[in-house]
Amino acid sequence: MGIERSEIEKLATLSRIAIDEGTISDVARRLDSVLQLVDQLQAADTTGIDAMAHPMQAIQRLRDDRVSELNQRDALQAIAPAVEDGLFLVPKVIE
Amino acid sequence: MHNLTIAELVAGLRSKTFTSVELTQHFLARIANLNADYNAVITVTAEQALAAAAAADKRLAAGNAPALCGVPMLHKDIFCTNGVRTSCGSKMLDNFVPPYDATVVENFARDGAVILGKTNMDEFAMGSSNETSYYGPVKNPWALDCVPGGSSGGSAAAVAARLAPGATATDTGGSIRQPAALCGISGIKPTYGRVSRWGMIAFASSLDQGGPMARTAEDCAIMLSCMASYDEKDSTSVDQPVPDYSSTLNRPIKGLKIGVPKEYFSEGLHPGTEAAVRQALADLVAQGAELVDISLPNSALSVPAYYVIAPAEASANLSRFDGVRYGYRCDEPKDLQDMYCRTRGEGFGEEVQRRILIGTYCLSAGYYDAYYGKAQQVRQLIQQDFTRAFAQVDVIMGPTCPSPAFKFGSKGDDPVAMYLEDIYTIATNLAGLPGMSIPCGMVEDKPVGLQIIGNYFDEALMLNVAHQFQQATDWHNLAPASIQQGAAQ
Repeated sequence: MGIERSEIEKLATLSRIAIDEGTISDVARRLDSVLQLVDQLQAADTTGIDAMAHPMQAIQRLRDDRVSELNQRDALQAIAPAVEDGLFLVPKVIE
Repeated sequence: MHNLTIAELVAGLRSKTFTSVELTQHFLARIANLNADYNAVITVTAEQALAAAAAADKRLAAGNAPALCGVPMLHKDIFCTNGVRTSCGSKMLDNFVPPYDATVVENFARDGAVILGKTNMDEFAMGSSNETSYYGPVKNPWALDCVPGGSSGGSAAAVAARLAPGATATDTGGSIRQPAALCGISGIKPTYGRVSRWGMIAFASSLDQGGPMARTAEDCAIMLSCMASYDEKDSTSVDQPVPDYSSTLNRPIKGLKIGVPKEYFSEGLHPGTEAAVRQALADLVAQGAELVDISLPNSALSVPAYYVIAPAEASANLSRFDGVRYGYRCDEPKDLQDMYCRTRGEGFGEEVQRRILIGTYCLSAGYYDAYYGKAQQVRQLIQQDFTRAFAQVDVIMGPTCPSPAFKFGSKGDDPVAMYLEDIYTIATNLAGLPGMSIPCGMVEDKPVGLQIIGNYFDEALMLNVAHQFQQATDWHNLAPASIQQGAAQ
């Protein structure tokens, strides 16, 4: 099939992964190889077969509406790259 | 002491043949002296381990010791450990110190196990050779120029090298069974939902399952009895009582029907591996089992289906690593998009990036039905194959992997060559069935694994069969030559 350079760039943007310009052709070649593998699926006859999302056909459990967790903000923020006044800091979004 | 099994260590601790502190010091010394050869352990928690051992000795003396009290263990570095770095083999989490324990970690603490440290692994459990770890590859104790398998290669190599008597592991497409096979140890991936995934860093949530690795099936039974539990914090945890897996190990296997799928003995299987597996089946027949030829006709579709479903789930799961709340953040981001993209470009290794890209592709508008929808239908076909087979047989057996441990770098540049390593293990994850690997022979001086696949929640039967095989054979007692020399006593 052959995946285009522009498709790799689009996927990288959707995935939020910076890919070095110089490696795009290698990335494309290896992705192609994997996509050829998964294209074997197209030969399978799946007429009338339901999709299977979960091995146990589980249903989502509901829990009681009560407080189960204590506030751990300090512990959780202690491992963050940048915090101030209890908030996570990121680069400026709005000028 | 390092050649004793977990069952023997439990007995030795209770009879005061040795203390937990002595045992813990012994294994810590082995890790200090030998781990550089294998790179199996990436974090050692000596201080905590010795404190836990001292506490265990008090409980043993007081006579109120729980099941694994004082027994040293290692955790795969995918399980969150409160206050101890949990890297998942990635630069992204190299600085991540979780503020909580995984349920599996809590279960081992409840039962008194002493945790020596954390084991190396393929980055985010994506790999079959341990070559994708940020901390460098693990070496196979049987052949230091060969891979230990993956992704739980650090746990497998550590157990094979007697750096610990048992270790936790996880299996998404074969990550317990394939390294167990390549390192000559025993490992079981339980039924999906049997072991809690809470605090186990997610790769593909509908496939991931934790399980134990040890040298014998008996030890796997002891560990699984501790590890398995119903957990409200994992919405896919199954609310079924956990049997005492040790209590049924000695049942005779006369009349056991073993399904032998023809698709698992196809082209690409190493003749030496095939011969060892066929001999193991003959040994089981000698114990009274019966072989039944079966077919799992959709087996060939399992690898393609997996490489849609697992990357699709991974691309969603790994979106949480964005440099905001924990883990790696790139230097001097220009803006928010630049921070996301460079954090993920720099923090994830090549294989992880590839799987995120594949997953994103398969889930994109216009491709979803052709890839993800189709793969989920094929998954149903694969499950139906097993359902038909288990109407006729009690367990299914075949090779765990196509050949013994391969050399570093030998799979070359094409990722698909590595993906095919899991050709015999992936189908059980897609179906959610339990699978196990035990040593059953040697080829080219390297171990061969026998795979045992059971029906849902039939772990007790699988462990029983594996234990009976190990009562009649000696493969599980073989030790790599590299650990027989220079070992700390």
